[in-house]
Amino acid sequence: MAKASTGTLYRGNEGMWSWVAHRVTGVGIFFFLLVHVLDTALVRVSPEAYNAVIGTYKTPFMAIGEIALVAAIAFHAFNGLRVILVDFSKSGPKNQKKLFWGVIIVWLIIMIAFIPRQLMHTFGG
Amino acid sequence: MSTTSIPAPRTGYSRHKSTRSKFEMFAWLFMRISGVVLVILIFGHLFVNLWAGEGVQAIDFGFVAGKWASPFWQIWDLLMLWLAMLHGTNGLRTIIMDYAEKPGTRMALQMILYIASVIVIVLGTLVIFTFDPCPAGADPALLASFCSAA
Repeated sequence: MAKASTGTLYRGNEGMWSWVAHRVTGVGIFFFLLVHVLDTALVRVSPEAYNAVIGTYKTPFMAIGEIALVAAIAFHAFNGLRVILVDFSKSGPKNQKKLFWGVIIVWLIIMIAFIPRQLMHTFGG
Repeated sequence: MSTTSIPAPRTGYSRHKSTRSKFEMFAWLFMRISGVVLVILIFGHLFVNLWAGEGVQAIDFGFVAGKWASPFWQIWDLLMLWLAMLHGTNGLRTIIMDYAEKPGTRMALQMILYIASVIVIVLGTLVIFTFDPCPAGADPALLASFCSAA
């Protein structure tokens, strides 16, 4: 009988947490996408209407939100590629934990590059 | 005396054929194919709109007009819209199937999802194809430079 302390098939390990994070980021990205298509649709209303709404994307608060958005997208993208490798590559399932840490490393590189860039754009420098 | 005919072993036996459609298999495959394409489309989108030049600070009506003046970005954004919406809609469908147990709740959540998706896909597609980069009567200061060139 598996115990919580020793871990069951999934509990607390890379396979489960990557799955949870994939769902959470996926749902978040989907709702942003609905909003993003609607705000972009304002280009059909008037230049003023579009500029007013896109102006809110340039505020410090939303700039932090864009960092969260890029973080969610980058994780979902790289973990999605990991899922594909697990499904289609012969050695994928055996290496799924290593692939997870590979996802985290590539994700960290993207975030370390993007965060200062975004802060420079937002606060100048 | 009547002869009893015994069929030869295994003749006439066939594994029960699934009566289900292949929809779920196609949905599974679609998530993987669209996922790979979306990685390219969305990272390209993020690079041009958030990384290059002044990033998000550079985006305004003129910026969008400049991009959609080119069929390249029209097709890019159209493909991104359709693939991302279908990918996201199928993802949410999966989540509804996993967590909503009552048939009524499942049906209601799915209907809301599908209606929202259709509205966003149709609206987004219309916006890309009916967009006027130089609307008549608009403040020229807000438009792309090519609008006043003529």
